[in-house]
Amino acid sequence: MGSGGSRAAQVPDADSIRRETGFSQATLLRLYHRFRALDSNKKGYLSRVDLQQIGALAVNPLGDRIIDSFFPDGSLRVDFPDFARVLAHFRPVDDEDTGTRDPKEPEPLNSRMNKLRFAFQLYDLDRDGKISRHEMLQVLRLMVGVQVTEEQLESITDRTVQEADEDGDGAVSFLEFTKSCWEGLGLSWHFLKEAIYISWREDGSSRRSPFRCQGD
Amino acid sequence: MLRAALPLLGLPLVGAAATEEPTQEPGSPGEPLPGLVLFRWQWHEVEAPYLVALWILVASLAKIVFHLSRKVTSVVPESCLLILLGLVLGGIVLAVAKKAEYQLEPGTFFLFLLPPIVLDSGYFMPSRLLFDNLGAILTYAVVGTLWNAFTTGAALWGLQQAGLVAPRVQAGLLDFLLFGSLISAVDPVAVLAVFEEVHVNETLFIIVFGESLLNDAVTVVLYKVCNSFVEMGSANVQATDYLKGVAYLTAEMASLSAILAVTMCGLGCKKYVEANISHKSRTTVKYTMKTLASCAETVIFMLLGISAVDSSKWAWDSGLVLGTLFFILFFRALGVVLQTWVLNQFRLVPLDKIDQVVMSYGGLRGAVAFALVILLDKTKVPAKDYFVATTIVVVFFTVIVQGLTIKPLVKWLKVKRSEHHKPTLNQELHEHTFDHILAAVEDVVGHHGYHYWRDRWEQFDKKYLSQLLMRRSAYRIRDQIWDVYYRLNIRDAISFVDQGGHVLSSTGLTLPSMPSRNSVAETSVTNLLRESGSGACLDLQVIDTVRSGRDREDAVMHHLLCGGLYKPRRRYKASCSRHFILEDTQERQDKEVFQQNMKRRLESFKSTKHNICFAKSKPRPRKAGCKKKNGVANTAATNGKSPGDLGFRDTAAVILTVESEEEEEESDSSETEKDDEGIIFVARATSEVLQEGKVSGSLEVCPSPRIIPPSPTCAEKELPWKSGQGDLVVYVSSETTKIVPVDMQMGWNQSISSLESLASPSCTQAPTMTRLPPCPLAAEEPQAPLDPRPSFAFPPSLAKAGRSRSESSADIPRQQELQPLMQHEDQSHLSPGTASSHWCIQFNRGGRL
Repeated sequence: MGSGGSRAAQVPDADSIRRETGFSQATLLRLYHRFRALDSNKKGYLSRVDLQQIGALAVNPLGDRIIDSFFPDGSLRVDFPDFARVLAHFRPVDDEDTGTRDPKEPEPLNSRMNKLRFAFQLYDLDRDGKISRHEMLQVLRLMVGVQVTEEQLESITDRTVQEADEDGDGAVSFLEFTKSCWEGLGLSWHFLKEAIYISWREDGSSRRSPFRCQGD
Repeated sequence: MLRAALPLLGLPLVGAAATEEPTQEPGSPGEPLPGLVLFRWQWHEVEAPYLVALWILVASLAKIVFHLSRKVTSVVPESCLLILLGLVLGGIVLAVAKKAEYQLEPGTFFLFLLPPIVLDSGYFMPSRLLFDNLGAILTYAVVGTLWNAFTTGAALWGLQQAGLVAPRVQAGLLDFLLFGSLISAVDPVAVLAVFEEVHVNETLFIIVFGESLLNDAVTVVLYKVCNSFVEMGSANVQATDYLKGVAYLTAEMASLSAILAVTMCGLGCKKYVEANISHKSRTTVKYTMKTLASCAETVIFMLLGISAVDSSKWAWDSGLVLGTLFFILFFRALGVVLQTWVLNQFRLVPLDKIDQVVMSYGGLRGAVAFALVILLDKTKVPAKDYFVATTIVVVFFTVIVQGLTIKPLVKWLKVKRSEHHKPTLNQELHEHTFDHILAAVEDVVGHHGYHYWRDRWEQFDKKYLSQLLMRRSAYRIRDQIWDVYYRLNIRDAISFVDQGGHVLSSTGLTLPSMPSRNSVAETSVTNLLRESGSGACLDLQVIDTVRSGRDREDAVMHHLLCGGLYKPRRRYKASCSRHFILEDTQERQDKEVFQQNMKRRLESFKSTKHNICFAKSKPRPRKAGCKKKNGVANTAATNGKSPGDLGFRDTAAVILTVESEEEEEESDSSETEKDDEGIIFVARATSEVLQEGKVSGSLEVCPSPRIIPPSPTCAEKELPWKSGQGDLVVYVSSETTKIVPVDMQMGWNQSISSLESLASPSCTQAPTMTRLPPCPLAAEEPQAPLDPRPSFAFPPSLAKAGRSRSESSADIPRQQELQPLMQHEDQSHLSPGTASSHWCIQFNRGGRL
């Protein structure tokens, strides 16, 4: 932590990024190191290929989509502030201070709604605010794998959409999506609090992370 | 109610105890008996099993009685009732036999009573929840138990030093530590018994329960270490011995205790066993396990009560008892608070104060402590009697007082209860998505955290473990999302059948396009039905062959009658197999009707489909055809033909079949064959029958078990004037098979059959209706097309046949692989011989087309 202060200067725009994302200085520094490590040619930004080189992402069924979420609007590069901004979705939710927060301020990136929106956008490929049947089918195909036949997959899709679809338009809107998360995950707000997070120790050590267990 | 029952329950026991006394003398060999002994007691030979049986009988009687009175059980946990019952029984035994007879033997307890309970709890443990909270659970189990043991022991020793414990209690620090170690363990049996009724939220439950399961390992090891120290004598214990003790402790813990091993076994079994066995076996396993555990639990609590009566082992010391009670409560609470404080630094969902209260209050002691204290060696531990008495009091106090009060407490504190919600596909999907997202993000930031390892494990599991431990077919269809879908469908089907199937026939086809949201459970089968109709339904071509309404009805009626009527001549082998449960007549009839329905549908299906996929199914006759059917001419004929002359080949084959069939029929006397005979049929015969005179005629013409060929299309092709819109039956039936994907049809059948066995009034309706249709049909013809639907049977054979035809021959191995499954299914209700040939024939049929 002591040395972190001096080296944090290396991070460009550290202060503004911190203000926006809420990362602590040490975490930001660590993220920056990671960013630089991923940046193979020291070009100052990450391209798709850089992220695709992460081995574990290749086997992750949603790997491609998550990589895509780093590159909004078809851009080909992501610089560090954007990188941090995406990852900020995964910070643990701050305590229930929604009452004290200034309503005029934009919602922090790690709010539950934003976490959910992030997940929603992984489904919603064409960004029309709705998960169509076709999009759901694609997700299910990724998730279910090859074990079931196409027909079965179709019927699962129908069922899933129908389950969440409340207004009967044959697609799942963001509202319906959140609702199905709420009721499906049962523990409502409680769950989402830790549904998506990165467990960074403030001092940047991951040594004790096994103890950071996730309740359900 | 309870009071009235107790003397009753006591009776057999008194009888046993009373008979035991006098019988011991005559049974002894030394006694001279004059003359021939015609009648004598043979008590000794049967003593052990008799007693065991008696205990189980009493226990189950007690359980039944408890369940009769809802009011009592809703307030008082069952464990309390059982302990009280045990006390009463013990008192009766004591009064009759003048000495305490039965004890909770540590050996019995650890070897026979505890394992079923632990296995059961391991098997039904929500593994995801357990591993999500593993850190907390381990902390509480290991650190908490050590803390409890040492503080309680030390505090008691301090109490003695302060002179508050009577000097009769001769015990040193080591003795107290030993006592502390055995009294500190939270007991899984007691915790489970109480918490299962309290319904606290899942996290809290898994933490308390997981702790109680895992800490047994720690307790037993700690107990062993302390015991060995005590046996060495405190004077001989050197500093190095403590070190050794610690080393031993670690080693023992690393090699895991038996309890832990059994838990893990249960945990591991669940996943792989369930995938490998059929639905019925799964249910069997589940209930067997529950029954065993429940029996063991009942016996344990009862024996605890009975053991307490034995006053010869009691040595009361108020100071010790009260001190122990206070200390275990106090240190438990303190330990929980301290550990929770530490844990909350790391946890994302901190455990709040209410959780902590419940956790400290839920620290119930139980039979493990008692068994351990009984195991103590009196010569080495002079204060054993005091310890026994104290343990009994502690156990009783925690189980009865805390067990009684924890429910109101939970209510009063408004602890978050567990919410029971139906699994939804969305939930499953989102959960998976979140897992993957988190794992991916951890990859991106290069942080090897919880999700990273979870992901790793799942990949390892998928790649190696599952392939190693699961049948291929089971593995192929194993997927959690798919599972949920499967279960939802089954549930819908059940609720559908529960409604007697009326709903569908009357409203199913005219259902409004969008179902109301709240009635998804009732209507989704319908929806699926409707939806799948629009999909690539194989059978839709049936509709294309349009026919005239009247002849359609004739044909329909005819087929209904010959398919649906139960053949009176059918005989089953009187089979008394030990390994298969035979269904009763009713069920068998239903089964038969069901199979006939299947066959009928298969036929109608095939007859319309065969010219489309003919070439594809060509290889099959060679493969399957030669296997059975006495190598009749038809196989040869089929094989010899070139694929060019389809029409000729077709008819020729059929005709040949007819001949062979008839020959067979004449000479046929073996009952086993009969099953499959109706399979081969005859376009011409049908039409004759049809023209001849439908309903009764068909019965007369074919009184034999032979099933009249429901091959309407062939018949009607010949009669061009027979055309119309009809064909609803075929259409509908094919659609019904469609809504349940192929892989699920077995499950569907099972659910149907399990419904039958449930014998709920509405379910029995379905089968009856399948048999009834002919009569109402004749009267009211408009209903005819809809009527078969209540039978709502999903013929696996149809599915198989349909698939095999529509898919290329590369599919064959998979089918064969599936076959044993079905075959097994079948064998349970048919005699084995029938079953195998049965399936073979189905294959053959597919090929013959």
